[in-house]
Amino acid sequence: MAEAEVNSYVVLGAALFMLLNSAAICVYAERRIASFIQNRIGPNRVGPLGLFQPLADVVKLLLKEDVTPVQGFRTIHTIAPMIPVVTALLTVAVIPFGDGIYVTDINAGVLYLLAAASLGVYGVTLAGWASNSKYSLLGGLRAAAQMVSYELPLGMALASVVIFVGSLSVVDVAVAQENWWFVFLNPLGAVIFIIAAFAESNRTPFDLVEAEQELVGGFHTEYSSMKFGMFFLAEYMHVVINSMLITTFFFGSYHLPFAGYWLPEMSTTAKAILDITVFTGKTAFFIFLFIWVRWTIPRFKFNQVMSLGWSRLLPLSILNFIVIAAILFAINA
Amino acid sequence: MIADFGNILLFLIHGALFVALSLFVAKLIRPHRPNAEKLMTYECGEVPIGSARVQFNNRFYIIGLMFLIFEVEILLLFPWVMVFQDIGWFAFWAMFVFVFLIFIGFAYELGKGHLQWDIPRPVVPKYVEGVGVVDDYPAKEPASSEPALDEPALQTGVNR
Repeated sequence: MAEAEVNSYVVLGAALFMLLNSAAICVYAERRIASFIQNRIGPNRVGPLGLFQPLADVVKLLLKEDVTPVQGFRTIHTIAPMIPVVTALLTVAVIPFGDGIYVTDINAGVLYLLAAASLGVYGVTLAGWASNSKYSLLGGLRAAAQMVSYELPLGMALASVVIFVGSLSVVDVAVAQENWWFVFLNPLGAVIFIIAAFAESNRTPFDLVEAEQELVGGFHTEYSSMKFGMFFLAEYMHVVINSMLITTFFFGSYHLPFAGYWLPEMSTTAKAILDITVFTGKTAFFIFLFIWVRWTIPRFKFNQVMSLGWSRLLPLSILNFIVIAAILFAINA
Repeated sequence: MIADFGNILLFLIHGALFVALSLFVAKLIRPHRPNAEKLMTYECGEVPIGSARVQFNNRFYIIGLMFLIFEVEILLLFPWVMVFQDIGWFAFWAMFVFVFLIFIGFAYELGKGHLQWDIPRPVVPKYVEGVGVVDDYPAKEPASSEPALDEPALQTGVNR
């Protein structure tokens, strides 16, 4: 028992450290991959291959003067950038990284993930409102409407996964995919979940929230210095976390494909190393997918985003859920 | 069980500490030289006109209400999903009816156009012989109706 507790604290520290660093690596990867896609070189001056670029960015953000508009609501303006970072950190607590390697295993893990994910909306919306700028207000409202709309297909897609498992614990979801990844059993759900995850993390093609051609900076028009840095950090943490969630719920978590059929017994250490490598590899692939899509697909218009969410994805996800439930009933009966 | 949530509390504390610490460090080392122009709300360099606390499209509000209904529906689905293997077809049809009832409301909203964000086409009143004034959508113009020289824009060009 004591050993397990120590273990979970080690994982806790490692998870926090990893998440904060992965956001920094993600910023570098984004700029570098973007420039390769656009046939440029990208940042290559700071350190070898420009690897220290995120550090330089952080130093720059720390040293910048902080400007808070006098017309705004000062307190909320200060609190707003903290919310998305903290909620993004909260999400990672229930994700298993390997067989028995997780921070905590609560029996309402999926509901907890949904709850923590929806709290992130507050940061963006309050930031938009508290700035008292027209651009920020529009950006914040768009963020609220968009994130709220895409949470419904996201939730339905999660429900259509949980139906196979019969448990709301995320660890059980991961264990249940040892033989068959849920993407094979529930491909439509996987597509819906990935689209909704893109919209939830406000990435292109759904980055209406900060559409710079029409809204300047969107909700963070009036933010500068480290407060802006927090929004910046939160965006990349959401990319990392959504990649983790896609991996966990649909792409077999830490399991290799059909691992239950062919993977031999291994020692605990070897299995742990393999699990973490597989999980990290899959997550890295989905982060790459996020970046790839961002620099390949143009942005939607807001009416297109809304009609995609409400009149396509939501009915489709409900239909998908009912069909899967009926099939499972028919098989069991 | 409580200990499991304790770990989540640790995450919350660590996250809040990290954010507060980095904001505090930034506050210590950054310069602070405000002036009136800097502190003004940004509006493309112009002096801002009025406050930003303006009336906005009430579709955002309708979206919020719709979200509430569906989110509650999804949350009610989760406990059902946990136990549905044990309770058989009756549970399936009960949930089917529940989802279907909410879906009727959704279809009504969709048909009413409350979730439609496209700009509505103008409705132009038209006089029809024997019927009276009717609201009618403007008919599409034929692709090539008249020769280009007869267009008024070109004629004014000639006169000037």
